[in-house]
Amino acid sequence: MRMPEPDAGVIARRREIVSALRAIVPGEGVIVDESELRAYECDGLTAYRQLPMVVVLPSTTEQVSQVLRTCKEMGVKVVPRGAGTSLSGGALPLADGVLLGMGKFNRILDLDFANRCAVVQPGVTNLGISNAVAHEGFYYAPDPSSQIACTIGGNIAENSGGVHCLKYGLTTNNVLGLEMVLMDGTILRLGGRHLDAGGYDLMGVITGSEGLLGVVTEVTVRILKKPATARAVLIGFPTSEQGGDCVAAIIAAGIIPGGMEMMDKPAIHAAEDFVHAGYPLDVEALLIVELDGPPAEVDHLIERVEAIAHSKGCCYSRVSTSEEERLAFWAGRKAAFPAVGRISPDYYCMDGTIPRKALPLVLQRMNEMSEKHGLRVANVFHAGDGNLHPLILYDANKPGELEKAEEFGNDILRLCVEVGGVLTGEHGVGVEKRDLMTDQFAPVDLEQQQRLKCAFDPDGLLNPGKVFPTLHRCAELGRLHVHKGELRFPDIPRF
Amino acid sequence: MTVTTFKPETAEQAAEAVRWALSEGEPLDVAGTGSKRELGRPMQTAYTLDLSGLNGVVAYEPEELVLTARAGTPMAVILPMLAEKRQQLAFEPQDPGPLFGRPAGQGTLGGVLACGLAGPRRISAGSARDHALGMEGVNGRGEVYKAGGKVVKNVTGYDVPKLMAGSFGTLTALTEVTVKVLPAPEDTRTLLLAGRDDAAAVEALTRAMQSPHEVSGAAHLPADVAARSGVRGVSGIGGAVTLVRLEGFGPSVAARVAALKEELGADAVLDREESLAVWREIRDVTFFGPLPNPPPLRRGGDESPSPASAGEGRGGGTGEHLLWKLSVPPADGARIAGAIRDRLDAALYFDWAGGLLWVATPSPDSAPAIRGLLNGSGHATLVRAPDDLRASVEVFQPLPEPLMALTRRVKDGFDPRGILSPGRMYAGV
Repeated sequence: MRMPEPDAGVIARRREIVSALRAIVPGEGVIVDESELRAYECDGLTAYRQLPMVVVLPSTTEQVSQVLRTCKEMGVKVVPRGAGTSLSGGALPLADGVLLGMGKFNRILDLDFANRCAVVQPGVTNLGISNAVAHEGFYYAPDPSSQIACTIGGNIAENSGGVHCLKYGLTTNNVLGLEMVLMDGTILRLGGRHLDAGGYDLMGVITGSEGLLGVVTEVTVRILKKPATARAVLIGFPTSEQGGDCVAAIIAAGIIPGGMEMMDKPAIHAAEDFVHAGYPLDVEALLIVELDGPPAEVDHLIERVEAIAHSKGCCYSRVSTSEEERLAFWAGRKAAFPAVGRISPDYYCMDGTIPRKALPLVLQRMNEMSEKHGLRVANVFHAGDGNLHPLILYDANKPGELEKAEEFGNDILRLCVEVGGVLTGEHGVGVEKRDLMTDQFAPVDLEQQQRLKCAFDPDGLLNPGKVFPTLHRCAELGRLHVHKGELRFPDIPRF
Repeated sequence: MTVTTFKPETAEQAAEAVRWALSEGEPLDVAGTGSKRELGRPMQTAYTLDLSGLNGVVAYEPEELVLTARAGTPMAVILPMLAEKRQQLAFEPQDPGPLFGRPAGQGTLGGVLACGLAGPRRISAGSARDHALGMEGVNGRGEVYKAGGKVVKNVTGYDVPKLMAGSFGTLTALTEVTVKVLPAPEDTRTLLLAGRDDAAAVEALTRAMQSPHEVSGAAHLPADVAARSGVRGVSGIGGAVTLVRLEGFGPSVAARVAALKEELGADAVLDREESLAVWREIRDVTFFGPLPNPPPLRRGGDESPSPASAGEGRGGGTGEHLLWKLSVPPADGARIAGAIRDRLDAALYFDWAGGLLWVATPSPDSAPAIRGLLNGSGHATLVRAPDDLRASVEVFQPLPEPLMALTRRVKDGFDPRGILSPGRMYAGV
């Protein structure tokens, strides 16, 4: 993985850049000391590390605006960062760049239950929003597994999902308004407490733009009343194919569960050994299906799901009879990553999405790849929406094994694209999948996306080196040679 | 003006038409069947790019919750196909044909997305943009490109399909779209509260939305509007009617109807048939009828203008030509409605729990009065007005200058020479 070549001219002006930043953000808000910079050298994708040139921690929108404008004027790159939990390297610093930390934007600004929304600063954690509205029985629906730590600003950047997003949507479906700052310092407001921002859906573009288009400084999210009740069913199958069939049949029956997760045998065993959730160990695939809503609905649907499971040949089925039991079912799934961490020195988490019908083929091919690369793999799977999380087990201390794991991961993602899926369902492209973008998109597709980037950041200073494998100058992308009258009148049906 | 219509049958033909238009410097009016032609600012182009020849469902996999179709595929084909598998487009796309004096069911999937049309279920299921997963189209450079994906969960690259929703063909001529489809509800009921004034009604709708009962429609029809309903259980009340819709599995709907009826003190429950009928009226704004002289279905098309079933809409007297759509913070709905009534001769009703106001008024200079009330929070669209008025009044909410500047740059990034429906949304965009 190569990052853009650091600009020695910029690094040489470090002192000047630092003093310009200090004029905007006083005191401890500008960090230059190497030992302190170390805390920012990577995000959740720890295989890649880079000390930033300087870290700035603004605390007002006006400061963010001035920092960005100043960096633009000085030709300095900027990498925005929330809590640094990205699994794709979205917040990986640049040696010649300013790291813009949004951690001081940690206030909840308004809870508006009449309009069912919360207005918060971007550094508030995902779970912090739900906690703030819990006393009125409300919550914020998207729940990425890092929700204790990850911030809503980072969620906007990555369009984060979670186990409940099949029914309740991703971040993009739950945001009503944004305040953001462009690289030239312009402060914009999009949307608000009403539905549908006017004009182009720029909020839809910002959400999931991985920090390449602007820096979000305020967020208005939709909050929902908590479902009256929730129950879960554990269902085991002798083959993963039957598990996949069961998921398809549940959806074909018109049921969209609050959560529908699948684990393969290695993941089941790792989780059970770790948290003793009571999972059956003699099954090849385990489903957790959670139904939420009014008690009458949940009781009705549990029965229907159990009937479907039996018709698809399940060999194990257990319905939660108490809240403790429901949470125990989930404890294993939620601990799947650390559980796998116990059986292997290191693991590498992938994030492709596939059409669900391709699951048996993908699992079979993954097993073949596992043998080829000589590395084990455990699978957890957001079964409802086809989002795979294969965990590749490796040992970083063995020379060459990290590279082997990455190559294995790349093979899996290429396979996802080959069967009609995509490179990333919720973790983002970042640096991790950047060079695979050409497997999913043609050059013309990527150029159109980059022209969209040019509308926001014409100098390409915001988070360069992420998402796009090749950087183009906007002037070059915008070139259009048209010669009047050169094309004959098109030979297509006309009236 | 004579209009030449290109009717491509492939994406490459559409691209060829755009490249020709580029070389001639001739803008194109990008359209499907033209059923929503009067939405937006009037166009003055000599050439139309008619995408209705790009017709056909490419893939429909109910169990994957995904449908891919060529952009010109009629909704009249797609909706029954989904219904057969007991699925639907959950955003409940509005059919604005009748509003403009056209028959219902004329729109295309691409047109619904491009116009970003959503109905009462917007409050729970999201809008058209929330169901746009992937696309292929022709940009203003005459290039065929694709974005998004054909699976329900995808964050690979910018979410360009969302940007297409509500861009009215000004960024890309869509040639293929992939949308998320969801199960259709097994059952539907509507709670009815009689005789509430606007404030009490919005308060009741707010309480319904704050309940855990998963409300999927929340509307209030003041007495003069309720009287125009073709649903006897609504017009027969003889006063204002407040409606709360509950959908889902039979036992669930029954339990929620019972609980919420008690909590809200509802006066009646509309059965499935009456529910479906009244929410269709609310969705398509049939209360505010069509213009007296309906325009032809196609401009420069090969079909003769169909005699519009104009009489279907009740009430659309000559005094109610202008139709405004306001999106506001829901809890402000009643206050804003009151202020509109103080300033204008207007009939109006509420959807989206107070967050959507449909306002019919004869006043040609209603724009300042209506937009002046919004105070920067919300937006007002002039959905229906004569051409000359739509040419002189901003149809879409004017944007603050920094946002307008960004909007122009985004347009430039897709369509640098202004070939695709220039000016349909904003002058110069």
